[in-house]
Amino acid sequence: MKSDHSIPGTEEAPELSYRILSDTSSSAPVIVFFTSAVVWLLVGTVFGLIASFKFNFPDWLGNIPALTFGRVRPAHLNSVIYGWASLGIAGLYVWLTARLCQTEVHWRRLLYISAILWNAGVLYGVVSILGGHSQGIEWLEFPKGAQTLIAMASVLLSLSILRTFYGRRVKHIYVSLWYILASVIWFPILYVIANLPFYSGVTQAAVNWWYAHNILTVWVTPAGLAAAYYFIPKVIGRPIHSYYLSLLGFWSFALFYNWNGIHHLIGGPLPTWLISVSIVASVLMFIPVITVAINHHLTMVGHFGKLRYSPTLRFVVFGAMCYTAVSFQGSIQALRSFNEITHFTHYTVGHAHLGLYAFFTMSIFGAIYYIMPRLTKWEWPYPVLIKFHFWLVALGITLYVISMTVGGFIQGLYMNDPSRPFMDSVQVTKPYLMARSIAGVVILIGHLFFIYLFYLMIKRKGVKRLTPPWYEKAEEYAR
Amino acid sequence: MMFIRAYVFFLGVLATLFLGWAALTFIPGIQIKEVKPLPGLKPYTEQELRGRAIYIREGCVYCHSQQTRPDGFGVDQRRGWGRPSVPGDYVYDRPHLLGTMRTGPDLFNIGARQPSEDWHLIHLYNPRATSPGSIMPPYPWLFEEAEEAPEEFYRMQGKRVVPVPEQFRPEGKVVIATQEALDLVAYLLSLNHTYPVKAEKR
Repeated sequence: MKSDHSIPGTEEAPELSYRILSDTSSSAPVIVFFTSAVVWLLVGTVFGLIASFKFNFPDWLGNIPALTFGRVRPAHLNSVIYGWASLGIAGLYVWLTARLCQTEVHWRRLLYISAILWNAGVLYGVVSILGGHSQGIEWLEFPKGAQTLIAMASVLLSLSILRTFYGRRVKHIYVSLWYILASVIWFPILYVIANLPFYSGVTQAAVNWWYAHNILTVWVTPAGLAAAYYFIPKVIGRPIHSYYLSLLGFWSFALFYNWNGIHHLIGGPLPTWLISVSIVASVLMFIPVITVAINHHLTMVGHFGKLRYSPTLRFVVFGAMCYTAVSFQGSIQALRSFNEITHFTHYTVGHAHLGLYAFFTMSIFGAIYYIMPRLTKWEWPYPVLIKFHFWLVALGITLYVISMTVGGFIQGLYMNDPSRPFMDSVQVTKPYLMARSIAGVVILIGHLFFIYLFYLMIKRKGVKRLTPPWYEKAEEYAR
Repeated sequence: MMFIRAYVFFLGVLATLFLGWAALTFIPGIQIKEVKPLPGLKPYTEQELRGRAIYIREGCVYCHSQQTRPDGFGVDQRRGWGRPSVPGDYVYDRPHLLGTMRTGPDLFNIGARQPSEDWHLIHLYNPRATSPGSIMPPYPWLFEEAEEAPEEFYRMQGKRVVPVPEQFRPEGKVVIATQEALDLVAYLLSLNHTYPVKAEKR
């Protein structure tokens, strides 16, 4: 393949010139996406924390309608899903697609418009929820106007990515790119189908949970996996263990995952066959999950020491391990005998955060630590703060998941004990809900360190460093 | 070759999503569409619909389900929460409010379990006034506070005084329900699915 844009000094290594080319062209749009994602991360964390404290102190801020639990909770969910996660995914996809296609980002103007529409949509949506204008459907609370903006934004993002893919200079399509391409095709279709105004009653519940689970299938999980597949081999410097396992993992994922959603309605007024199908599909998820876990583990094996010397690897491997954990948990949770206890409890909330935070968010943090220096040509100025960030959020989310898992399980046991009044199942969760709030504070502090570092990166401020964090130690390690 | 493979890939990706959509939403949609409203189920009145909108606005669904489970799966039956719900119970529900969380109890039959309008009004004003230990948020903006006066005085003006116990309301004030509070309670009281259902397949 011929290089059209040879950069002086890279004649001997065209791949290097492609890398410079793709990073230069992706820099501005990716920074725009990441920056807005980080703003939504802060907003979403604060909403989450307010919602959590409301469990502990139900009368706190009790006379402000916009801050009642039933509005702050969906404001939290929507700002982290459609703000933080989605814009973070957009940034990751744009950067990674250009890298993996060894080309420049095409149709960049669409990306800027996409970022503007996306942010406008989330802002309009979140303000509407707080103002009391929710559609009342979980994960789809945004009013139609906000949903239209987001749908348009996601189509523009997909068009740019597909155009960049079309202009690729590589023959081989790397596994991360499979996930990205599938994702940018799936997401707009799913989002539009779920928002069609045709549904009511029980059918709407089925569409609702098909969608709510599928946004993980088509949007969040592919992004986390694309990051793991790219960054783990990249940082440790060896190829992914098995191409065929990747292939099996991808197609079994595509086949089974989007049949899972109705397991959110086990025991509900839906046709039994429908719920059973979803349970079977949820158990079949063991196949893609084990495949990916083996593949990543065998890639990492013998290189775990490197976790100490690369922030990216640390976050991404933490995320990948939690992907295995959350998927196992999810499959088991879908079994009727287990679901009977955990359904309707905080256990589900713990599961959601194990997936969306411990797996996804940690993976995106890892990706941002890798990508940002290549865009701003500035190294992370204070490696010690990265350490604070990692340990605070890692410990915070661990405490979060444990308290919700244990507390939720006990809540379920109490709920299913007819000799106890229902109120017992509320009382018993109180200490766990308090632990969750403490976990939330710890996570927020971690985020503040991250946001400060991110700000320094954009402004190219702080100590000017010539090498990546912990590079000296990594060199020592290599010797 | 490269292009053929890319096309096959994209087709495969579309096919998987389409399959899931067809199986989980389209086919059951057809099956459920044949469901007729149950003979005992009444459409919501205008007031109940206004109350339902407030239920949605304040996010009640995040803590309360409206679906009862059959015996052998949870103990909803033994708690007296009513027979298992069936698709025909939800024909008039748009958006659906099945819910997936029970931080508080199920409300599918709350109108039958707790038919007192006073109780609901007090409970919405301050949940701890009726249910000690509750962690439900209060909804004071559905109420007005007015100078203490005999109830008769307000009733003459068409206002509904809520009998909130003294220690739960500001000193020297009475609590008056707004139209929104009355609408919401009307909706809650309409949640009464105790009419009989033939052993229907779920």
